Amino acid sequence: MEKEHIVGKSINRVDAIEKVTGRAKYVDDITDKDAYVVKIVHSTIAHGYVKSIDISEAEKVEGVVKVVTCFDVPDLPFGTAGHPYSTDPAHQDVCDRKLLNTHVRYYGDDIAAVVAEDEVAAAQAARLITVEYEELPFVLDVEDALKEDAPLIHEEYEHNILKHTSINKGNYEEARKEPGLIKVEGWYETPTVQHCHIENFICSAYMEKGRMVVTSSTQIPHIVRRVVGQALGIPWGKVRVIKPYIGGGFGNKQDVLYEPLCAYLSMVLGGRLVKLENSREETFVSNRVRHAFKAHITSYVRKDGTFVARKMDLYSNQGGYASHGHSVVAKALGAFPQLYPCDNVEGDAYTVYTNRPVAGAMRGYGIPQSMFLYESHADDIAKVLGMNPYEFRFKTLMPKGYTDAFSKNCNYEDTFRQVMEKGNAYIHYLDKYEKYKNQTGDIRRGVGLSVFWYNTGVWPISLESSSCRMVLNQDGSIQLQLGETEIGQGADTAFSQMAAETLGIPFEDVHIVSTQDTDLTPFGTGAYASRQTYIAGFVIHQTASLMKEHILNVAVELTRQMKDNMDLINGNIVRVTDGKVLMSLGELATERLYSLQKSEHITAESTYQIKNNAYSFGCTFAEVEVDIPACKVEVKDIINVHDCGRLINPKLAQAQVHGGMSMGIGYGLTEKLMFDERTGKALNNNLLDYKLSTMMDHPHLEGQFIENYEPTSAYGTKSLGEPPACSVAPAIRNAVLNATGVAVNELPLNPHILFKRFKEEGLI
Amino acid sequence: MSKQFKQIHCTINGKERDVVVDVRASLTDLLRNDFTLTSVKKGCEVGECGACTVLIDGEAFNSCIYLAVWADGKEILTLEGLMGPHGELSDIQQAFIDETAVQCGFCIPGFIMSASEILESGKLYTRKELRKLLSGHLCRCTGYENILNAVEKTMYKRLGLELPEYLQDLSVK
Repeated sequence: MEKEHIVGKSINRVDAIEKVTGRAKYVDDITDKDAYVVKIVHSTIAHGYVKSIDISEAEKVEGVVKVVTCFDVPDLPFGTAGHPYSTDPAHQDVCDRKLLNTHVRYYGDDIAAVVAEDEVAAAQAARLITVEYEELPFVLDVEDALKEDAPLIHEEYEHNILKHTSINKGNYEEARKEPGLIKVEGWYETPTVQHCHIENFICSAYMEKGRMVVTSSTQIPHIVRRVVGQALGIPWGKVRVIKPYIGGGFGNKQDVLYEPLCAYLSMVLGGRLVKLENSREETFVSNRVRHAFKAHITSYVRKDGTFVARKMDLYSNQGGYASHGHSVVAKALGAFPQLYPCDNVEGDAYTVYTNRPVAGAMRGYGIPQSMFLYESHADDIAKVLGMNPYEFRFKTLMPKGYTDAFSKNCNYEDTFRQVMEKGNAYIHYLDKYEKYKNQTGDIRRGVGLSVFWYNTGVWPISLESSSCRMVLNQDGSIQLQLGETEIGQGADTAFSQMAAETLGIPFEDVHIVSTQDTDLTPFGTGAYASRQTYIAGFVIHQTASLMKEHILNVAVELTRQMKDNMDLINGNIVRVTDGKVLMSLGELATERLYSLQKSEHITAESTYQIKNNAYSFGCTFAEVEVDIPACKVEVKDIINVHDCGRLINPKLAQAQVHGGMSMGIGYGLTEKLMFDERTGKALNNNLLDYKLSTMMDHPHLEGQFIENYEPTSAYGTKSLGEPPACSVAPAIRNAVLNATGVAVNELPLNPHILFKRFKEEGLI
Repeated sequence: MSKQFKQIHCTINGKERDVVVDVRASLTDLLRNDFTLTSVKKGCEVGECGACTVLIDGEAFNSCIYLAVWADGKEILTLEGLMGPHGELSDIQQAFIDETAVQCGFCIPGFIMSASEILESGKLYTRKELRKLLSGHLCRCTGYENILNAVEKTMYKRLGLELPEYLQDLSVK
């Protein structure tokens, strides 16, 4: 019997039927209709102290059950980042917020909560609450927050600097003295943007047998369990978190959002079921956003393009609370000396508190921002040198064999050059770049290129661990359980393919349990860092191998054959010496379970700790049309090429690339959360005024791959979740540079910014 | 406004219903809360995202900004009503599966309902026209690419026409 390979096949998603029939249940779909409803009262100042809150009118509203204010909640500051816990206090997340806050740090901070019998009563009561504030000056931008006289957003952080780290390699000051060097420098800047998953954040909580049961739209159920325990001051084992299907996350739900508050409200109501659902407007402001970055980069290069010395000052706008904090900009800083290796590099990164909404994880974790900075700068250097940007990159990008001393990541293949060649073959960059570079007229075409650097998972900075359970049924099928979460990306399908492949059973015989329930699901830290296919791969392989070993031991007893002469192939116990099917796995399982001599429920469970990390690189090529008088850019053609190792499911992988490209186009051209300078209030926190891409805003999205087998990986695969969003915006920016000769160093390339730049450059 | 109720008569997924509705309730609320038709999703509740789309007398509407009382006398179709009498998937549902058009799934019911309206028209649209017709739906996962392929392929199949060349080979390169 030939073994059927399942990994590498474009199998339909395991949850597709549920999702096209509307049967897939999300949090709101499974919450009892008699749940009390929560409405949060948000601050209407950007910075200051709540002096008093008058809830008397709110309490009179019919249907109001309870009003809780910032003066009532426990004095237990907690952190919210969806990071694995560290038992070393020095590596734990910053605990800088409470369930509700008296010191408010942004317009939209949480100061009170109304619990009512229905949504209308809750909303009416919330409007009747009056708040007296002591207002303080506020700062929205990093430059202002760093000023000597800036207000301190968290008193213990001088100059509002949450953290500052540096890299130093060689001797920048000496190296730049080399005669004949060309200096290229610039400021580059990215905006605050939001994830915009279509399901807003929602959770519910009730108590059962003295324990808190939280159901949440989260990427990280096991982490939510810990943080709810910490925030409420209750043992972690007294918290159970359930994660059903969720309507997207993109990193926003890699934070603990309102689960602790919802749990607290249930607790003060004797464990009654309470539901907390954010509106779209709240999701934009009072969840998480992507950090806005600003950087000054200086490069000294020789005429042939060789980097001699480089320096960067990088500032990350944290908003009012630490959330993921410095780790986001630290990832960006780490990429700086690696992408274009250089012997002499100085870099400083600062994470700075401001009075903007809180920045956390968002698809790419500092890399979409930093690639805009670094890859815009790369084109600027090529321009000064008069080199083709493709050739400049070919010459200077990380070479094959490069190994990072800290992560031990190795660039096993010449990935950057391979993906660029493939992208060029599709879009004909080299021909078009020359053709487009000296155009005149109002409507011009341009091509642009950007690569991206990414690495998989969080080792060696944090723990990488994953656990898996397999349970054999009477018919030879298995239940597969992992702590790693399906958030839309297709993880459950990829995991099922891996399990079927290694165990040796048909794909249809793997029943993955999509819901995570911390009472039932083995430990895993969840969906982030594009880690799951890589990380879960190890433990699926290990657990399937244990399961198979166990099954073959039983087969020895039942068939009297030598173990090494048998294998489990396509759900059958096969004698490999002659290919004879001895029995089906179903027969084995049934016989064993109901054996009067030796009944046994066959299961396997294990944990794998991963002490590896893998580079995952790729690129974007974009062709644009620029309407100069209208200050508009249209993407006419675009391709992403990725090397994420071996593809577990090619069609799902490509779909993931499409989604990232779409997000990248929005980042490049239209998306920006804006704030009123006078109040700090968000101006466009809705899907009408915040311009995320619609179907009209895209050309065809081409996603292609180079499949270099990742040697450290259990299945040859590595990151693909976040990478597709990382290089799109700078490719568009560089295409506009090719079309117009104008370097736009600020995202998004919307008419407001283009008008300013085209005017400065005399184009209009 | 305080609570006021009104009785309405409508058809929901082929079944005639008499129902007393809160006059403040949206059609989304009615369908989700009174009939557990949870395919009708809430993504913005102000008509921006399209996740709550249902067909009212054959026309696609954002049910979140359509008052439940307005449904009096109307025929409402939700995704749950799209399957055949024995739960068979419709061609457009199957196409969403086969074209890998589904990721988190939250926007999908709305997309399929608008797609149904488009397909029911019996018209042949260009890819560009389809983009415009479907642009009232926001999706953050898929980049719309495979959704568009699913709708366009189904359109050609229903019309008995050969697929254009760009839809013939969608294999991953």
